Amino acid sequence: MLLFVVSITTFAIFFLVPRLAGMSADDLASRYVGKAANAEVIHDTAIRLGFYDPILVQYGRFVQGVFVGVERNYGPGVELCPAPCLGYSYITQNPVLPDLLNRLPITLSLALGAAVVWVIFGVATGVVSALRRGSFFDRAAMGIALAGVSLPIFFTGIISLAIFRDQLGLVGDVADWVAFTEDPFVWANNLILPWVTLAFLYAAGYARLTRAGMLETMSEDYIRTARAKGLPERVVVLKHGLRATLTPVLTMFGLDLGLLLGGAVLTESTFSLPGIGKYAVDAIGNNDLPQVMGVTLVAATFIILANLIVDLLYAVVDPRVRLA
Amino acid sequence: MSEFLQVKDLKIHFPTDDGLVRSVDGLTFSLDRGKTLGIVGESGSGKSVTSLGILGLHKGRGADISGEIWLDGEELVSASQEHVRGLRGKKMSMIFQDPLSSMHPFYTVGDQIIEAYRIHHKVSKAVAKKHAVDMLGRVGIPEPQRRVDSYPHEFSGGMRQRAMIAMALSCDPELLIADEPTTALDVTVQAQILDLMLDLQREFDSALIIITHDLGVVAELSDDILVMYAGKCIEYGTADDIFYRPEHPYTWGLLGSMPRLDREPTERLLPIKGSPPSLINVPPGCAFHPRCPYAEKSGEKAKTEVPALAETEGGHLVRCHLDRAERRELWDNEIKPVLETQ
Repeated sequence: MLLFVVSITTFAIFFLVPRLAGMSADDLASRYVGKAANAEVIHDTAIRLGFYDPILVQYGRFVQGVFVGVERNYGPGVELCPAPCLGYSYITQNPVLPDLLNRLPITLSLALGAAVVWVIFGVATGVVSALRRGSFFDRAAMGIALAGVSLPIFFTGIISLAIFRDQLGLVGDVADWVAFTEDPFVWANNLILPWVTLAFLYAAGYARLTRAGMLETMSEDYIRTARAKGLPERVVVLKHGLRATLTPVLTMFGLDLGLLLGGAVLTESTFSLPGIGKYAVDAIGNNDLPQVMGVTLVAATFIILANLIVDLLYAVVDPRVRLA
Repeated sequence: MSEFLQVKDLKIHFPTDDGLVRSVDGLTFSLDRGKTLGIVGESGSGKSVTSLGILGLHKGRGADISGEIWLDGEELVSASQEHVRGLRGKKMSMIFQDPLSSMHPFYTVGDQIIEAYRIHHKVSKAVAKKHAVDMLGRVGIPEPQRRVDSYPHEFSGGMRQRAMIAMALSCDPELLIADEPTTALDVTVQAQILDLMLDLQREFDSALIIITHDLGVVAELSDDILVMYAGKCIEYGTADDIFYRPEHPYTWGLLGSMPRLDREPTERLLPIKGSPPSLINVPPGCAFHPRCPYAEKSGEKAKTEVPALAETEGGHLVRCHLDRAERRELWDNEIKPVLETQ
């Protein structure tokens, strides 16, 4: 349902807005032919891309492609694009879905790796800060967290590239993508900088969230009970305190991860990682509707999936939710 | 050291930005196995701080603690945190006021009892679970086999308090402190819980401290009663002393503000005027003098001199400037008739 809304919105923005601004179908098509093309070629292209069809028909064709596949006349012959067909790029003529699928592992590696880093560091920092509230560690950590939240990725990313790759030569050139299955070591080595930079941004938020949650939880009555039972403080903190704090962290984690799987646009651009985010940026730059549609739908799917998983996990984490 | 629990001149002070909070200021009492002590006082009189202090839960949390706490021949104030932790739950344990917020919402009742048991006993989960089911059955929870896997929110208030008691008693503690154990419960359930605690106390022969602001509760359970005001003991005696021969004006006030069924509904309660003092700025002299209707009788002394806790007869202690004959006269002629006719 939500995916329909997303696709209609994207469609409308792409087609209706230029029309409202007074562009004709030929004007639209002129972007997808060479600079020297004459009016006739442009007109043919507009017809071939279907810009002269009513907008509903165009949308219908797109939806048909997603569900049952669609046939495409690309000039010399007719080609079948099978069921989940997200259309063909206006520019490269490549089908969109395989392009996206090829890039998915990159975005996946980036997002999951960063997620592991930021959850571990963010939550750990938050816990320690909360337990030593007001200490030097707490102040320093919260100061750094503030920096982490405020500094944009294209700043921290480029600085860290300059230091760790160019000056110290500690990591490889991240732009050379090596799949995990090919060589896990090179894979990790290439990704470590994007992971850390991206994680820095998120860990900061998680540290603050965890700290606030822990401060609240540790003053709860059941923590006092846990201490009164004679539990060692370590168990009180980790088993009783952290457990209750993790619920909001889990929510945020699901949403963040879903968002990132749809493309970590800034990170991928900064590190020239050919992932989904980079794809989206290029697609938008080229006015390539099918690509934009594809990225948007995939991203929206991830976000919806992430939400669903978070909702289901709630029941696992918090027994009070299970009844409903 | 004949007594099982002895508290001597216990002081628990909390330094804060606004000044030193003297939550407990020189408290002395003792308690034997199988006996029950009721600690009574208004909110903020230091009752709960005292109980948490005995359990050592203020250690290392920025509190200044002095004095002595002897439990079965061991001194706890100077003992290490780790040592006191080992005693908590096993030798002494506590039942808290609000069983819903005092039990962890994410773990089953059984898990929480199992956890308490396994800290102090090296047994397998299965053995501990059997023990948990046992305990739940003993505190009167029906179908303990099934209920052991329930979460606290699936229990009713009374059931939760029973589960809390089961948890506190899981290691057969010799000292049990109940902090307002019935405040969050229905009146009908209150009586059941109090009965249960008495039964279990007899069974385990443990020492029991009941902390409450409800004189009705202590009347039913206690051998001795300690009345606290502003962190100090102002009257101490047997339950009979406190209910039939009270000598401190504050105790009279507490008795006067206790609702009773045998009173005419049209009669009003006799509340104590004013509110409890701030523990940062405890009034000089007798801490109760600003609210005491008889303060003028002892003149300037009330404002300048802290009255001593003096014995009137056979272990009945009172902290008041009025001399004994005068107190007796006031009680017999002014207070008692009013309380009784009402």
